Amino acid sequence: MLAEGSDAAAMTRSLPLASILDEAMLCYAQNGEPLRPEQGYPLRLVIPGWEGNTCIKWLRRLKLGRAPYMTREETSQYTDLMPDGTARQFTMIMDAKSVITSPSGGQRVQPGFLEVRGLAWSGRGRITGVEVSMDGGRSWQQAALQDPVLPKCHTRFHLPWRWSGENVILQSRCLDETGYRQPDRTTLVAVRGMNSVYHYNAIQSWQIATDGQVSNVHP
Amino acid sequence: MCIRNILIVGLASILSLAFGNLWASETTDQREQTHRYGIGRAATDQEIRAWNIDVAATGEGLPPGQGTIKEGAALFAARCAACHGATGQEGPMDRLVGGAGTLASQKPIKTIGSYWPYATTLYDYIHRAMPFPAPQSLSPNEVYSIVAWLLYRNGIIAEALVLDAQSLPAISMPNRQGFVPDPRPDVPKP
Repeated sequence: MLAEGSDAAAMTRSLPLASILDEAMLCYAQNGEPLRPEQGYPLRLVIPGWEGNTCIKWLRRLKLGRAPYMTREETSQYTDLMPDGTARQFTMIMDAKSVITSPSGGQRVQPGFLEVRGLAWSGRGRITGVEVSMDGGRSWQQAALQDPVLPKCHTRFHLPWRWSGENVILQSRCLDETGYRQPDRTTLVAVRGMNSVYHYNAIQSWQIATDGQVSNVHP
Repeated sequence: MCIRNILIVGLASILSLAFGNLWASETTDQREQTHRYGIGRAATDQEIRAWNIDVAATGEGLPPGQGTIKEGAALFAARCAACHGATGQEGPMDRLVGGAGTLASQKPIKTIGSYWPYATTLYDYIHRAMPFPAPQSLSPNEVYSIVAWLLYRNGIIAEALVLDAQSLPAISMPNRQGFVPDPRPDVPKP
């Protein structure tokens, strides 16, 4: 099925009909009001757990065909180049990922009590757990999940913490109901290399320097 | 969570409309009588034609017309080079030419010539989305000509080839076999 937007470039993606019939939604409202223009007013295709790019905004047409149309967005773009020069195509589902939103890059924090907060999500189901490390991944503590915890939705997590002012690296990793655990960066890059970007979901690291400045690092 | 508050309409009901259009033996009037959902109206055949611009990988959907590399060179200079550079390599926007043999390197250069698996995608996308300030403004002959020039500059077609609905889908792109389906799970479990 070809989904096509009514943006100036009439963006298109081919979608396997059998796998979207159960869950795809045609959305015309959100949070009690019509979709906002930037969210695709008047109608947006939403496929929970899939690449945002497949959720065509300003939807004008669904056309059925016999095979993928091989549009620019599913050939030149949204394909992941592997170290051997091949590229993965139609990698629709987004695997589990989490990120700490506070403290986070650009912030400057003071020693003392800090609540570590963040978001986790999985395109394959519910988030069942998030762990947080304050020492670059050597030890992990279970964070609390905040309701509602729904399949394929952003899930909030939080963990109370006291920062004593030393140089530290904060990380989070999540687990979903399929048993999938978010991988670390080294393990993921060893398989996918450095030129595979669209579905990158490795553990992310914030360094807090002794002056309280928070920055993104790859330890 | 916002997802709970999204109001939805059934995909199946919309698809039945799409099927109605695809197997278009019935007229617009008949469709209006068959499908009553209390909102909107059936699209007219003329409206569907205006939107039916997609070109499949088989070439289905390519319009009549033809283009040459000579005309493409002039059109590219006038309509495309401001963003893509005089030879399609200088930018500032996407590089279109070159990069052959770089995909397995540390700094791959993904262009039409080195990366795109189907030549038909060029027609579909250039007509659909380019030039940036005036998408869908190029005539079929102009699109065929620009596609011809880009393929020629990438060393994929000969200078004398005239592109049309028959010759374009027959072109074999260098990276045609370069794509693989989703192999996940691929990363070892921690």
